[in-house]
Amino acid sequence: MSHIPSDLKYAKTHEWVRVSGDTATVGITDHAQHELTDIVFVELPAVGRKVKAGEACAVVESVKTASDIYSPVSGEIIEVNPTVVDQPALVNSEPHTGGWFYKIKLGNAAELNALLSPDDYQKQIGG
Amino acid sequence: MLKRTALYSAHQQLAAKLIDFGGWEMPVQYTSITDEHLAVRNAAGIFDISHMGEVTVSGLGAEVFLNSVLTNDIRKLAAGQGQYTLMCHPGGGVIDDLYAYRLSEHDYLLVINASRIEADVAWLQAHAAQFTGGGLNLQDVSHNYAAIAVQGPRVKEFIHLVIGGASTSVFKVLAVTELKKNQIAGFHFGGHSLLVARTGYTGEDGFEILGSASMIELLWAGLLAVGQPFGLKPAGLGARDTLRTEVCYPLYGHELNENITPMEAGVGPFVAFDKGNFSGRSVLAQQQANGMKRKLVAFKMTDKSAPPRPQYPIWANGVRVGEVVSGTQSPSLNLGIGMGYVPPILARPHTNIEIEIRGKYCAAVIVPKPIFRK
Repeated sequence: MSHIPSDLKYAKTHEWVRVSGDTATVGITDHAQHELTDIVFVELPAVGRKVKAGEACAVVESVKTASDIYSPVSGEIIEVNPTVVDQPALVNSEPHTGGWFYKIKLGNAAELNALLSPDDYQKQIGG
Repeated sequence: MLKRTALYSAHQQLAAKLIDFGGWEMPVQYTSITDEHLAVRNAAGIFDISHMGEVTVSGLGAEVFLNSVLTNDIRKLAAGQGQYTLMCHPGGGVIDDLYAYRLSEHDYLLVINASRIEADVAWLQAHAAQFTGGGLNLQDVSHNYAAIAVQGPRVKEFIHLVIGGASTSVFKVLAVTELKKNQIAGFHFGGHSLLVARTGYTGEDGFEILGSASMIELLWAGLLAVGQPFGLKPAGLGARDTLRTEVCYPLYGHELNENITPMEAGVGPFVAFDKGNFSGRSVLAQQQANGMKRKLVAFKMTDKSAPPRPQYPIWANGVRVGEVVSGTQSPSLNLGIGMGYVPPILARPHTNIEIEIRGKYCAAVIVPKPIFRK
């Protein structure tokens, strides 16, 4: 049974967004880490990079496969999480907290309305 | 519709993550690939290998026939022994790698890769039809067999508690644990016959058990229940792949295919040039004498990087020189490992190479095989 925090918004591609004023923090959901299991490597975008919503901007590797992470929102990367690069297993143990990927300065706040609510994300993943 | 083994419902009950493996719906993992891998290295793991194929070859002509289509020398086998061997087409390329067991003077059992059953059977039948030696009976019996592998240092502590007693056919041992590596014998289990071989694909001690589909679920359940206190865990194809990669066992479709010879793949020791003619011999002998264009090497990543994966390019001295054929993050070593083909001049341990991973050139070094050793 996936944990879906109620203070986050979600992308169909299993990323979450925690909004704080005009910036947001991005990571992948409990459902996603459960599907991937054993995360062994995380590759994050460079600080300063500008990304568009839906653009592949990070990679998460499990023992078996590499998965692209798509930015749920547009904007400029202002910070990345060095701890998750050092300890990729954090994505499995703390997907919504310690396993965060990057912080982004929102380029277009209206995009947040296109994201899924916790209920809608729950419906999407079923169960 | 994907094919399912007789253990499908057992996998469902264990909530296995199922994937399409060459047309079969098989468990890639039950809990986590890392956990399952480490269970095999430290205690024991149990694998469903029912998808593999089996072919019986019997009759007075069987020995001569098999020695003409397989690379290893089947005459080395006494009843109750098996050997790793390969089947090549006349150009020297590998049709499959397999195990050949001698069950009696004129009876052999071949255990072949699931993905190659059709190709192997077609090849063997075509050659059997041309065989003039007489006394040859060849049957594809894959659908008659289900199979389980139990692998790990602690398997020998409990397997005899499930498959008890002395052997009942092939040759005599007083207990299943008395089988030596590569030996095979028949045993009884719950009123059924099964074949047990001391073989495996993980680099650990272990056994591979062949039996009928009707009894395999009982055997699986029995082994799981008895083995659990010893640390036995169900293990899927994901762990099977990381385990075999660590010890550099080839996987058909990766290290081996119809365009690669056993010499290039480094399994020359399983080619018996002195036994007489066999399919592929002349090309392999040429390679043995004159060298080859590429060689399989094992490597380790030397800097922190994403894991190497099949088809990633290999670079050396600024030039693209080859390709990765198997790659993963090693659960035992906690770094990226793999195997790939490079020109022979580079195929030496300590040679520095780079693996191109998503546009980055990541440092690696060629190492002797096996990559992991206890």
